[in-house]
Amino acid sequence: MDPLSWFEILARVAQQLLPVWVALVVTYAVSIRFKRKLGLYGKLFDSTVGMIGFGIVMFWLFAALFADLIVTHNALSQVSGMRNAVPGTPLRDPGELYPYYLFGGDALARDVFSRMIMGAREVLRIAPFAAMISFMIGITLGLPAGYFGGKLDTGLTFIANLVLAFPVILLFFLLVAPEIQETIIPTVMAGVLFIVPILFVTVLLNARFFTQPGKRNLYVGVVLLVGAWAYLGLVFNADPSGLWSMSPNILNVFVAVVFVNAPTVFRIVRGITLDIKTRDYVAAAQTRGEGPWYIMLWEILPNARGPLIVDFCLRIGYTTILLGTLGFFGLGVSPESPDWGSTINAGRRLLTVYPHPALVPALSLMSLVLGLNLLADGLREESLKD
Amino acid sequence: MLLFLARRIGLMLITALCLTFIVFALTNMPAKLTTLAKTQAGGRLTDAEVQSWIVENGYGGPLLTRYGEWLGVLPGWVREENGEVVRGRCVDLYDDVEAAGDRCGLLQGEWGYSTRFQGEVDSLLGARLGATGVLMLWVLIVMVPMALIVGVLAGMREGSRTDRALSTFAIASTATPEYVSGVLFIALLASSTVGISPLLAEWGWIEGRVLFQGNARSAMDDITLSNFTLPVLTVALYGMGYVARITRASMTEVMTQQYIRTARLKGVSFPKIVLQHALRNALIAPFTVIMLQIPWLLNGVVITEVLFSYPGFGWTLYEAAINNDIELLLASSVVAVVVVLVTQLISDIGYVYLNPRIRIS
Repeated sequence: MDPLSWFEILARVAQQLLPVWVALVVTYAVSIRFKRKLGLYGKLFDSTVGMIGFGIVMFWLFAALFADLIVTHNALSQVSGMRNAVPGTPLRDPGELYPYYLFGGDALARDVFSRMIMGAREVLRIAPFAAMISFMIGITLGLPAGYFGGKLDTGLTFIANLVLAFPVILLFFLLVAPEIQETIIPTVMAGVLFIVPILFVTVLLNARFFTQPGKRNLYVGVVLLVGAWAYLGLVFNADPSGLWSMSPNILNVFVAVVFVNAPTVFRIVRGITLDIKTRDYVAAAQTRGEGPWYIMLWEILPNARGPLIVDFCLRIGYTTILLGTLGFFGLGVSPESPDWGSTINAGRRLLTVYPHPALVPALSLMSLVLGLNLLADGLREESLKD
Repeated sequence: MLLFLARRIGLMLITALCLTFIVFALTNMPAKLTTLAKTQAGGRLTDAEVQSWIVENGYGGPLLTRYGEWLGVLPGWVREENGEVVRGRCVDLYDDVEAAGDRCGLLQGEWGYSTRFQGEVDSLLGARLGATGVLMLWVLIVMVPMALIVGVLAGMREGSRTDRALSTFAIASTATPEYVSGVLFIALLASSTVGISPLLAEWGWIEGRVLFQGNARSAMDDITLSNFTLPVLTVALYGMGYVARITRASMTEVMTQQYIRTARLKGVSFPKIVLQHALRNALIAPFTVIMLQIPWLLNGVVITEVLFSYPGFGWTLYEAAINNDIELLLASSVVAVVVVLVTQLISDIGYVYLNPRIRIS
């Protein structure tokens, strides 16, 4: 068989990505149809920039979801004769396999296209959740620091600045290493960091419903039960049902990324709280006799949501960049892992001769982060309009 | 002002102490010391040999004592055999048996010994910092004017087509981390088989086989356009977008002010308004951001120096980290902390100095 031309490669890639196109069309059709009823999310479809960004992000999200349908080969399997094959090279002896390497082969004769798609899954499995946990920690600590001030504020700000004064890469090298994984440090850090989201939701619900003990007990009970279940599984890998589990090196990466992100979120939340707590509606709530946590979580936090949502999008992007950095330095991931950072790292050795194994994940990572940044920009624009 | 400076410097010292202690504790964990022993003494050591290597090289004492030794508040370790001093922290450093029992740490100006590069940390780090200084200088020369021009052009007419295009460019540049832009640049400009170099070579426009080099090691002796362009561009690109966006935001805010409208109504030409009335006020915010950007660029410098094998501070930090070179890592983190806190200080002072509203009140 002859190698494919560029046009044929693109056509075949588009064909492989069919589930993604279908999902994108459905999402857009439904969203645009009901955009007036969907609040801020619906308004996103008024801004071109926001729509483009959302499209790119959803593209990668669907690609990660439907990865099993899209990939042409196993991301880890090697096919003889395909080492550093250029894009569009036919397999020598395809048999049951897909007859072409659409984006070529890497230095170990694996399919670059399939690795790109599986890489999206690796990245999107960690980045949004790490950003979410960072946000919960930043909010849980930033609100009281800004609201109460005083010694608590001084202490927390000092710790946040301490972490921020560390060069990120040095911190990664210190925290994400095989030697560290064998010690108790990641487990302890995860134990401390993961308890904050449970506390956050518990306090959130308690502050809202403590006047209705029946409802309160039910909600808080459910949260504590699910929280404890997830906590056991994620931190100690001791979930009996095996639904919540995290391998030690992923846990290590997760903890390091959260640890780097949380202080920045803390500073943002603290700044917004300092600003909002001088407003009249906060004074009104204080006069009504509301408790401090109710004011923080149900008066201040909802009014700070605009900048926080925008920053959340940016933070997922930044987390993606951080994960790529970790992969680039070969930290915390198994050498076989198809995540984009380690693929770039593996590809850069032969970069000047065979650029495609490194270029494909590099462009993927860039487009995902670009999509998130554009989405944040669109959201900012739309949220400023009201 | 003096009180402010004293408080900031005090805070800086406490931060540096805390950070170095954390680095010290994490690099001196038993597992890390075992790795160090195996890389230093070479090959396959038994557990007992590893233990004896750790004790012989002075890593055996309690953590706090050894941190004190590194700081120079406690006397350095000494190992005696048959009543005679054989080795010791200060003995090794000064190559003098008389020095046994002296204090030789940071306070005495001794930064220690690098196990990776087999040399004194201070002279080593000095040379590497010089190399990174040159890189940073060029990065700032490229980045700052470009970012300001992009920001001012985008912000002077908000919502115009220029604004849209330049803002998108700025967003794209913040979405391109160094390891992506470096790879793109090398594939596009520094490869003899793909990109534009083979085309240019075929047309006879360039002398060598590639337009730029993908390896900057030769820049240590002689900086040329060919070996230094790509590393500088790689670092500058990622930092540029952020500064440009801050400049744009600041510029759009200034352009809505009353005095700009007054100037327009007076009939002052648009270029004159931008250059004389708006620019100076619009540049206060970017100044602080540029200063705060410098420590952030340090991360980019590590990636870029590793990618282009340019032996500067970032590359040294990387080598020290993968080889668990304890004293070099400690010195590097001191440098990093000082850079972070000094730039914060300059940005605070500069903000007050540049902004007459704060300066006078």
